[in-house]
Amino acid sequence: MNWDFILKYLPLYETAALLTVKIGLIGIALSIAVGFLCAAVLYFKVPVLRQIVIVYIEVSRNTPLLIQLFFIYYALPKVGIGMSAQLCGIIGLAFLGGSYMAEAFRSGLEAVEPIQAESALSLGMQRSQALRYVVLPQAVSISVPAFVANIIFLLKETSVFSAISLMDLMFTAKDLIGQYYKTTESLFLLVVFYLIILLPVSILGSYVERRLRYAGFGS
Amino acid sequence: MPDLGLDVLFKGKNMLRLLGGLWVAVRISLISVALSIPLGILLGIVMTFKNPITKTVTRIYLEFIRIMPQLVLLFIVFFSSTRTLGWDISGELASVIVFTAWGTAEMGDLVRGALISIPKHQYESASALALSPSQTYFYIIIPQTVRRLIPLSINLVTRMIKTTSLILMIGVVEVLKVAQQIIEANRMSSPNAAFGIYLVVLIMYFMICWPISMLARYLEKKWR
Repeated sequence: MNWDFILKYLPLYETAALLTVKIGLIGIALSIAVGFLCAAVLYFKVPVLRQIVIVYIEVSRNTPLLIQLFFIYYALPKVGIGMSAQLCGIIGLAFLGGSYMAEAFRSGLEAVEPIQAESALSLGMQRSQALRYVVLPQAVSISVPAFVANIIFLLKETSVFSAISLMDLMFTAKDLIGQYYKTTESLFLLVVFYLIILLPVSILGSYVERRLRYAGFGS
Repeated sequence: MPDLGLDVLFKGKNMLRLLGGLWVAVRISLISVALSIPLGILLGIVMTFKNPITKTVTRIYLEFIRIMPQLVLLFIVFFSSTRTLGWDISGELASVIVFTAWGTAEMGDLVRGALISIPKHQYESASALALSPSQTYFYIIIPQTVRRLIPLSINLVTRMIKTTSLILMIGVVEVLKVAQQIIEANRMSSPNAAFGIYLVVLIMYFMICWPISMLARYLEKKWR
């Protein structure tokens, strides 16, 4: 292990990690928004939109992010939709994550039995109140584990961005291996930086999971 | 409507080459799944042991493999192990090693989850009915575990197939690489080929993974 090398190239990794985190955060925020909308469309059975959402979810869940990125980055410009690599990465992550988040929210909503909403209505609550005070709190609690797993999954998926020449952690590591042949040091830094990004998320995630595990008592 | 380069697909053996590339990826994922299912069952059983040493070791293995992006693991095995261990492995072998390690971790966690989800009264009722421990396992526990596991492990197959698209990054010639080659070769005659070819690759992955996901969902509903 050559520590001089590690110290010298640490800043490169820092920049790359910031890019990974930045794209990851924007992509995840967008996928939560997309997922929320899709889950709402499915839950309220909005006609037409519902079919579109179902097709979107199936396509997005059954194709790899790498291929989606290739399609967005290399194929779409051919029909006149050209975007920067960063924007492609964000859109790709949101496209993939949207369906995973939608499934997480939907399964949470579906897990709340209809009798809960019906009881709320019979107690004189309005539909919006029943949703706000009875259905959503339970649905959120049930979907938290899947939600946390999705966030970690999406952060991990950002590692393929180097394929569309974004200078992320993978790109930096590969570049350094190619230039200086310092394989061990480059990969060591890579692992350390991914641990720095992912471990806190994982630990925080399981903490939140424990705190929000209040729905579905008795089972 | 501009020329989208779909005609390139039907030139020469391009379609066959793409399918051949797809087969490389699918074969690697099938081998890895076939290896990780028995290994994962073993790991899952070991993880239910109360022994603190096995508990810590399996836990660290599981957490590390699951928290690292698969691409990082591929890089470690492909670039680093060749240097530190002094062996020379092909990209395909490296991918099989990584995906088996990853699949074993995922499968192990599924098996552990399925095993501890069997309520204690199942064991107790079985012994109250005078079944021997081996009978309890064969007739009571394993059938219930398998029912919970099969849909989840089918899902693992689709995840594996999707993840094997990463092997492009360590230089294995699979479907995406073949697609790039075809696009490069036809750059002059059909500059828009990228659209048609990548679209077809996307559809190919979809046509493989979608039926498998549907099957998993069907079984999950049926056996609930």
